[in-house]
Amino acid sequence: MLPILQIGPLALRTSGLLLLIGVYLGLGLAERRLPKEGLTPNQLYNLTFLAAIAGVLGARLFFVAQNFSLFRNSPLNVFSLDASLLDPFGGIAAALIASLIYGQRKGLAFWSTLDAFTPALAVFAVFVGLAHLASGQAFGAPTTLPWGINLWGATRHPSQIYETLAALVILAFLWRRSGRQDMPGRLFLLFIVMSAGARLLLEAWRGDSSLTLGGLRLAQVIAWAMMAGGIFLLERKSAVLASGNTGE
Amino acid sequence: MQPIPRRILMVGLLLLGLTWAWLSRADPALVTGGLAPAPQAGFLAPDFTLETITGETVSLSALRGQPVIINFWASWCPPCRAEMPALQAVYDDYKDQVAILAVNAASQDTLSDALAFLNEIGLTIPVPLDTGGTAQRLYAVTSLPTTFFIDADGVVSEVVVGGPMTEAGLRARIESLLEATP
Repeated sequence: MLPILQIGPLALRTSGLLLLIGVYLGLGLAERRLPKEGLTPNQLYNLTFLAAIAGVLGARLFFVAQNFSLFRNSPLNVFSLDASLLDPFGGIAAALIASLIYGQRKGLAFWSTLDAFTPALAVFAVFVGLAHLASGQAFGAPTTLPWGINLWGATRHPSQIYETLAALVILAFLWRRSGRQDMPGRLFLLFIVMSAGARLLLEAWRGDSSLTLGGLRLAQVIAWAMMAGGIFLLERKSAVLASGNTGE
Repeated sequence: MQPIPRRILMVGLLLLGLTWAWLSRADPALVTGGLAPAPQAGFLAPDFTLETITGETVSLSALRGQPVIINFWASWCPPCRAEMPALQAVYDDYKDQVAILAVNAASQDTLSDALAFLNEIGLTIPVPLDTGGTAQRLYAVTSLPTTFFIDADGVVSEVVVGGPMTEAGLRARIESLLEATP
């Protein structure tokens, strides 16, 4: 665990730094694997930049809307450079809406655009695992297995390493398929199905799960639903493709 | 032999997933709902008893029933000094509802430097002295300042490593802790 990277007087949050490196490397890789027709590198970066800005603005606006009384007396705090005053769901929603509007204006094909971003997402997932390892988040359940790691006062499953290895396997698998233009959406949906499958499997060794009805782990329920949705869409798109319609 | 149709494979995979989710159900006591004492969000905040700079004895467990903020600081640490006025401001506004402890990392500070700083800013927050470094070890404090937000049940709700924290950020966290207080 290495939560803070101290470089002279500068204290950097290692996990945040790793996530940034993940975005940088992921986009670089995605750019190299862009299909010949479809998204241009410029559009790839513009869309990312736009989604990032919309995400931050949306996250702050949603936070302010939900905690309005905090800002009534000191409205300038709306501009506070405090990353904890953000609402993640508001951010994701704003980023998605901005991306959809951009995509529609530029006439981008929905599924091909998602495919273009898939290598970046797969690389990012590897760095999410490393960031968890650095911060000690997403920790495992206590274990007596010889490869247990000492974390939070107990010997635990190195769930962050499992997560990173799974993401690496998914990246390697998708990397061989990327750049092919067989069926728009296949690469992205494979990523969703494989990542959800990995989470469904690995969540069993987590020590920090939230539980839902009957002691089921919430993350597994969500992962199963995503896997089912992904498989359904893959099957339906393949069937449409087989019947001679590309579905785009 | 005929290959297994894809659709059957997919349905089988999904059934396998459901079975796995069912098999890996967890006892609430074995996941973070189980409140293992650890300085991590979702865990029970480890208990400590320290003497304050004014000679009183303070125990974390005695403060159960109201949210608690524990801020680890030292006088030589610029972000600690920078965020202390914000802590004092929220202490002035919330001291009846929220306990704030400004734990001085006394094992790596001197009493005279700490006192000089406290007098300089006129701090009235209780300042327990962690002379032996026990609380810092219990809370795995590796950098200063580190601040723990603990709810009325004694469960750590958030750990902020580094600073300075903003007054707005402190108010936001206090309000959400109070909202969750029965």
